[in-house]
Amino acid sequence: MSRHVDLLIVGAGPAGMSAAIVAKRHGLRVLVVDEQPSPGGQIWRNIENLAGTPRAGLLGKAYGEGAAVVGRFRASGADYEPGTQLWHVEAGAGARAFLRRDGAASSVRAGCVLLATGAQERPAPFPGWTLPGVMTVGAAQIVLKSSGQIPSGPVWIAGCGPLPLLYAMQLLQAGGMVAGFLDTTPPGRSREVIAALPAALLGAPGDLLKGLSWIARLRRHVPYIRHVAAIEATGEGGLENIRYVTADGRDATVEARLLLVHEGLVPTIHPTLALGCRHVWNTDQDSFAPALDGWGETSEQNVFVAGDGAGIGGARAACLRGELAALRIAAKAGRLSEAEAEALALPVRSRLARALSPRRFLDRYYRPRPAVFIPPDQTIACRCEEVRVAAIREQIGASRPGPNQVKAFTRAGMGPCQGRQCGYTVAHVLAAAEGRSVPDVGLYRVRPPLKPVTLGELAALDTMDALS
Amino acid sequence: MNGEAIDTLVVGGGLHGLSAALQLARGGRRVTILEKSWVGRHASGATAAGVRTLNRDPAEIPIALEAMEMWHGIEAIVGDGCGFQAHGQLNIAEHAHHLPKLESRLARMREAGYAHEELIDRAELLRLVPAISPHCVGALIARRDGAADPHRTLQAFRRSAEAAGVTIREGVGVDAIEPAGSDWRLRTEAGEFIAPTVINAAGAWAGKIAAMLGDDIPLGLKASMMIVTERIAPLLKPVISVAGRPLSFKQSDQGTLVIGGGLQGRADIEAQKSFVDFQELSKGARAATDLFPSIRSLRIVRSWAGIEATTKDHLPVICASPNAKGAFHCFGFSGHGFQLVPVVGAIMADLVIQGGTQRSIEGFGATRLMWQCAAA
Repeated sequence: MSRHVDLLIVGAGPAGMSAAIVAKRHGLRVLVVDEQPSPGGQIWRNIENLAGTPRAGLLGKAYGEGAAVVGRFRASGADYEPGTQLWHVEAGAGARAFLRRDGAASSVRAGCVLLATGAQERPAPFPGWTLPGVMTVGAAQIVLKSSGQIPSGPVWIAGCGPLPLLYAMQLLQAGGMVAGFLDTTPPGRSREVIAALPAALLGAPGDLLKGLSWIARLRRHVPYIRHVAAIEATGEGGLENIRYVTADGRDATVEARLLLVHEGLVPTIHPTLALGCRHVWNTDQDSFAPALDGWGETSEQNVFVAGDGAGIGGARAACLRGELAALRIAAKAGRLSEAEAEALALPVRSRLARALSPRRFLDRYYRPRPAVFIPPDQTIACRCEEVRVAAIREQIGASRPGPNQVKAFTRAGMGPCQGRQCGYTVAHVLAAAEGRSVPDVGLYRVRPPLKPVTLGELAALDTMDALS
Repeated sequence: MNGEAIDTLVVGGGLHGLSAALQLARGGRRVTILEKSWVGRHASGATAAGVRTLNRDPAEIPIALEAMEMWHGIEAIVGDGCGFQAHGQLNIAEHAHHLPKLESRLARMREAGYAHEELIDRAELLRLVPAISPHCVGALIARRDGAADPHRTLQAFRRSAEAAGVTIREGVGVDAIEPAGSDWRLRTEAGEFIAPTVINAAGAWAGKIAAMLGDDIPLGLKASMMIVTERIAPLLKPVISVAGRPLSFKQSDQGTLVIGGGLQGRADIEAQKSFVDFQELSKGARAATDLFPSIRSLRIVRSWAGIEATTKDHLPVICASPNAKGAFHCFGFSGHGFQLVPVVGAIMADLVIQGGTQRSIEGFGATRLMWQCAAA
């Protein structure tokens, strides 16, 4: 009953599209599934509709670069199914992936699977973060890209990293109002990371200068508060006030209706965790990533990862990692000799090294402040089940529980997001209290499905099987 | 040797190990549990926690009925209600042709003198479970049955065992067992443990422990799968199963639906992992949505499989070891051991302390399985 392809690509962002283009060039049967209605991923969301419009202009040059890649992807001949979720995948000789689209479940068999599922915003809980009126910068940017909407009133932005700066600039250009910018980057970072600067400047001088100019322009136009160490959102039934404390002890409360927060990105690892792939801890990025060989193959044979899911690297690196994975998959399928694949990979690898050169500097400069990892006790850690940090701490006793026990006894991680929001928080709280490292404590065991499939959809899988 | 003298070593920190340790400690024994990962890691943490006498094998009924009395007073035993709610368990006949099987079961129960099961008609079924599809024609019911909260149960048994003086060593797997004079020496990465008596409550790994003691007991493996949905408003109170279909179905205190029924995933005993098979699990979703059409649009939040040992006749092994003096077995519950936890703990204490029990365990000897093996 289920279809069979040589390569199933999950995600039609920079990595997935680039892999599809290369794989089709070498004659593979390729199926690309993606949750969004059109190709582009998060970074190039809605690019087909916006290319050449004023909105694309205000979203910036890096956004506009996506149009060419999407065009090549559309012309590649790869089968493409938008609006489709991967909810389970089994590895082994010939992987099997379970999908849902338009309320129906189906399965696909694939010689190789490339997970190009990107990144998620790092969960950054603080007191009041679940109040209506508090959302992430990433979510606000999705709205801007897909529907062109901007918040009607003044917006507070809090966070660390390039994205809050970029969104603030985009918002101002689109006619929005920024009430203030709370820069949560800890003090002293310039000194600490100076050693990583030359590599970054050599590799991508433009990006760094762009970032500096954004900060300069923001500081001319809006209140810009540096070294914010703690944030608290309060209000009755919705955000009314933001209280912030700076590293030098300045304590202020401001009125607010909308607060956008962002503390960096972490790779999406639920699919590779579910597959049982080995993961490694990336100290600079404070996150796990699947252990990969030079082509992007995981510890599970024929399962590949490319793009930000392999470690945060940005769109250019994602495209190149996608190409490398596709070359190896083509070689595995016998469409290329090993030597041919190596030869084709050589220039891709050197471009990848250049694209990744600013990473170390950016990761270290924008490494989140400690409270992002271990929030105050009254903070809700698991928003699905409303479990506070204090409740997690209460579990810690002589038996030094791991995340799975904390989950069983507090219900943290048992809600519909399946621990994507609280996994790292629980790991950090346990690690600090038990004197262990976060990679030693680890995350929750992933229990399928990866995305909530309905009982009716799963039941239909039984009917389909009966028909076949 | 670690610290003070130990009277009994319990291998396995699941519910049966905890219950046996608790009863032994209350009987004055110094007990240490050796658990290779952590308390409740496998079947005890993955169970649907059904408290069921309904449709049990006749051999299990005497102890299951005693266990049911214990569940109704569980707070007196472990200091917590364990989330036990006695809203009954029902085995549903969807169509008229399913009824004769239920009727003959009831006749056999009456003949044996048991009154805990009864047959109800469609009207009574709809009164008890208004949400059920009206095509169902009747059900067999055990009204005092119900379900508990597995994690609360684990915590309650653990706390009361520790309060009774039991030492629990987590992360301590047994690598080898050998005689040491009249005692047993258990080798682990955390050192050696010596005691005159050993209880094998190692669940899916019980066959390995039995072999270390000199008992070759053939066992199968189960990896029964479960589904949990998002929370919904109250839908039903009793626990439901269906004649001729792989389904058990209940709503938890949290409002989630818990769907099981013995559908099998895959178990990797060496890696100590289990895997969900969604193609197989879809049969359970099919049965659940046929019986409760209103739940079709509910999202599945997670699913899992728990690893357990099974025997050929699906009855447990509860006995003194036939070959190893001072060793006792307690495993092979074949996917329905949760309800028996309180009573089997008491039985193990009887066997260890008194050298025998008044309770009915004739059908649970290890030799019945070992002989079958020899004959094969």
